[in-house]
Amino acid sequence: MSIVKYNNNSISDVTSGASLSSGAMTLIKTLTASSSSSLSFVDGSSDVVLDNTYPIYLFKIINCHPASNDISFQFQGSTDTGSSYGVTITSSHFRATHGEDGSSGALAYITAGDLAQSTSYQLLGGSIGSDADQSVSAELIVFNPSSTTFVKHFMANVQSIAHSNRSNNQYPAGYFNTTSAVDAFNFKFSSGNIDSGTIKLYGIKDS
Amino acid sequence: MSIVKLNNNSIKNVTTLGSVSLGSMVLIKKLTASSSATLSFVDGSSSVVLDNTYKEYLFTFNNMHASSDNSTAQEFEFNMSIDSGSNYNVTKTTTTFRSGHDESDSTTQLGYVADYDLAQGTGFQGLTEGDGIDNDQCCSGYMHLFNPSSTTFVKHYISCFNVARHNDFTANWFTSGYANTTSAVDAIQFKFLGGNIDAGDICLYGIN
Repeated sequence: MSIVKYNNNSISDVTSGASLSSGAMTLIKTLTASSSSSLSFVDGSSDVVLDNTYPIYLFKIINCHPASNDISFQFQGSTDTGSSYGVTITSSHFRATHGEDGSSGALAYITAGDLAQSTSYQLLGGSIGSDADQSVSAELIVFNPSSTTFVKHFMANVQSIAHSNRSNNQYPAGYFNTTSAVDAFNFKFSSGNIDSGTIKLYGIKDS
Repeated sequence: MSIVKLNNNSIKNVTTLGSVSLGSMVLIKKLTASSSATLSFVDGSSSVVLDNTYKEYLFTFNNMHASSDNSTAQEFEFNMSIDSGSNYNVTKTTTTFRSGHDESDSTTQLGYVADYDLAQGTGFQGLTEGDGIDNDQCCSGYMHLFNPSSTTFVKHYISCFNVARHNDFTANWFTSGYANTTSAVDAIQFKFLGGNIDAGDICLYGIN
């Protein structure tokens, strides 16, 4: 019987194979809410990576459903591995909105959703309803959170259904105005628990 | 000697292997600026692929920092080429709008920016405006380019950037449009309007 070889080793002697690329977008962590007060991604905890392994991180927020009605979904970062969430943010925010009854289709800047050198939570989606079929979904990109040179830009596209049965498409964006590494992120509603929902964290490779 | 098996076949009897997924987003090339006048991706050069291998290409921009020209006139910009980078001057028609807010909470902005769109223009298209050059200021964003190798259709692009402006102001820029040509676009170039790209990374991905 001829011997089949891999890299000049008999197959039976091979102890490792060449690594195969798994694509440039890597799922790092999925968190699922179940009457959760908040969901946190902390570098180095529970298999979460939020360091210089990736230059860009992408959060996908899928059907986060609030326990309370007419509240906001929001997030903040941490520079101390989640001990506190209160990084200085400057941001802008605009929204397209349209009612199920055809009322008030509009595009406008949302002053209540921006921050100016504030350590408050950044609003992602507002006026979210708690009917059984209502929720918020979104994509949030954070650029180079581990940088100790630059501010950390973020941009989000947030789609939700308001308690008043309106479609809201919101665009918060801005920067964490710090040169410290941001190593954790926390998501929560402005009041009450995240009744259910999923948040996924992906890393985008550059090598 | 024990027999190594794959799918219950001795290795020597295996005629096909299952396909290995490489994921739908493939990193093609990363360029890192270091006081660079421009950064260019040219199909067939330096391992760059920008042809019909992918129907969609994605560029990501991480911490693009200008070396000079700390003013409203500064912008990060791009153009395309149909002659492998000999000329960057493809005709474009585009739209631009942005949202903004300053750190002192005195000004907010949302609106169309007529100064930054193009109507059958061959000049560079701005992706940001007023980039600051403080050590911690930069712009980051992404741009989708659809089917650049098509010889039938115009080539659409969609971009989104956030920039820390020279006047301590955050601005979120949305620029989209098309290269109005049925020639294949095979190269793309990025630069600041004034001065060099002091630092920053641009990655090119192919989307399967």
